[in-house]
Amino acid sequence: MYSPRTPRQLTEPAWVRWSLIGLALIFLGLFLVLPLVLVFAEAFTKGAAVYFASFNDPDAAHAIKLTLLVMVASVVCNGVFGVAAAWAITKFSFRGKSLLLTLIDLPFAVSPVIAGLIFVLLFGAQGLMGSWLSDHDVKIIFAVPGIVLATMFITFPFVARELIPIMQAQGTEEEEAARVLGARGWTVFWRITLPNIKWGLLYGLILCSARAMGEFGAVSVVSGHIRGETNTLPLHIEILYNEPGQYAAAFACASLLSLLALVTLVLKAIVEWRQARAQAQAAQLSNVE
Amino acid sequence: MTISIRGITKRFKTFTALDGVDLEIADGELVALLGPSGSGKTTLLRIIAGLDSADAGSVWMDGEDTAGTTLRDRKVGFVFQHYALFRHMSIAQNVAFGLTVRPRDQRPPQAEIRRRVDELLKLIQLEWCADRYPHQLSGGQRQRIALARALAVEPRVLLLDEPFGALDAQVRTELRRWLRRLHDETGITSVFVTHDQEEAMEVADRVVVVNRGRIEQIGAPQAVYDHPATPFVCRFIGAANHFTARVTAGTASFAGIAWPSPEHHASADGEATVFVRPHDLALHTSAVAGAFLATVKRVHAIGPNARVELAAPGIEHCEAHLPSDGTSGMAPGTPVWARPQRARVFLGAV
Repeated sequence: MYSPRTPRQLTEPAWVRWSLIGLALIFLGLFLVLPLVLVFAEAFTKGAAVYFASFNDPDAAHAIKLTLLVMVASVVCNGVFGVAAAWAITKFSFRGKSLLLTLIDLPFAVSPVIAGLIFVLLFGAQGLMGSWLSDHDVKIIFAVPGIVLATMFITFPFVARELIPIMQAQGTEEEEAARVLGARGWTVFWRITLPNIKWGLLYGLILCSARAMGEFGAVSVVSGHIRGETNTLPLHIEILYNEPGQYAAAFACASLLSLLALVTLVLKAIVEWRQARAQAQAAQLSNVE
Repeated sequence: MTISIRGITKRFKTFTALDGVDLEIADGELVALLGPSGSGKTTLLRIIAGLDSADAGSVWMDGEDTAGTTLRDRKVGFVFQHYALFRHMSIAQNVAFGLTVRPRDQRPPQAEIRRRVDELLKLIQLEWCADRYPHQLSGGQRQRIALARALAVEPRVLLLDEPFGALDAQVRTELRRWLRRLHDETGITSVFVTHDQEEAMEVADRVVVVNRGRIEQIGAPQAVYDHPATPFVCRFIGAANHFTARVTAGTASFAGIAWPSPEHHASADGEATVFVRPHDLALHTSAVAGAFLATVKRVHAIGPNARVELAAPGIEHCEAHLPSDGTSGMAPGTPVWARPQRARVFLGAV
């Protein structure tokens, strides 16, 4: 008979358990909680008035807006591309499939700085397409499109990587059943595929947005650090940090970025919980009687 | 609806799943595609449905070539082995799906769809679960829902892929009878795939035995059992003892028995295989003519039937089925004379 309590002889002695738990807690506190608390403490050293004034600065306000814009753009694009890539990889078989899988992981493997440099080499003034772009008066590097492109590149794997195992596990039977029942391609996607992957998709999008907001390296290379134009929040924080007298303002902006990260973490936890529930139901469903 | 399958061939890379299969299915028939796993039976079913395409050959439905028609034009009902119910939809939504995805001008009104769903749920005796979700039902219930969902679009033909394969033995027997009854009531042309010979024999009007991408035999269950056309069918359908034999001038000799085989009178002398069903092997405790001497290895008696395992020199495995009360005096180790009452002789070694 199964007993929910672990038998005594199978657990470690109390002092081992407590010292391991204590060690883990100290580590967590030192490396995760303390820095977060310090960010907020530093931000408020000169009082709440200075704290909120930091966001009223037009450059800061612009940086916040730009960061949100870049986040939304990359989340939307990577949502669409990620679903398309996962769909292609899991529901069809074709030549070069494993190559595509490897390519999806490329942004994880490549350093963000190199990712930024790739775009400079492609679209920069001396780059491959530089002269063509300047002839047609299109600005990508040192402009918002470059920042969006670099961020999209960095965050591309999140949605696809999250969806591929889910869609692989689900197989294609439900889609086939829908098709035999007379549903067309789009109907199958909207009514069968999308509802089945929605929690995984949301999870991927949340990870993607968190990364998009925090991206520094690649964006730093392509942005040109033009204040009030191409500065995102992380870049803005760096500039303030290096400027005398702007220490508190730097931490105020850092605290905002941390707050956004915490919000995404909470969302992620909720989605994870819903996803686990959906998976438990699915597992129950595929159980052989 | 009649289905005519002509010269269907299908290859997966180097593996030939189907090799020139021809099959005619009459209107209102219930046909079983029976074969071991990997024999190509599911591939054939999927090609009939239009879920897979053949490399060569054609499928005709009601005298029309289905080449170039879309899945929705074929109007088939397909039941998957693992049900493939839409997990995020309620049972009623699942059953209604085929109707709700029709183009607006062909879609029945809401009330009509609801009426149809109720009717189908009643037919499968699951009216009470309309608002439940698939994960709340048992396997047997899910499979019946999958059937109702397939029937909702009033298909011209019903195709079932190992419909009871994932269910336990008792539910399986129940659903088998239920499927047969459903077919008799609706009269819809149906094809189902199974690797379970008992299932095929019990449910189907006609059994199509498939092996290695080819059809070995087509016939009524009893006919296939009584007159197996090939050594494969002999072994696959029902139990059979097999003996290596030599055919000389219309006589097959095996285990010291000379068995007349007039149909091989004209063929050259050579090796042959003789199949004897276990219940066609009579056991005697004293010497009789036309029998071979064997030793009783084991006796398994279950209820009124007994299985007697025999050992004889040069014979790998041999068993006889007889009534339990006929096994008196057959303790393990006792010599018996086994006399085949019927046998099938095939030329060549197996």
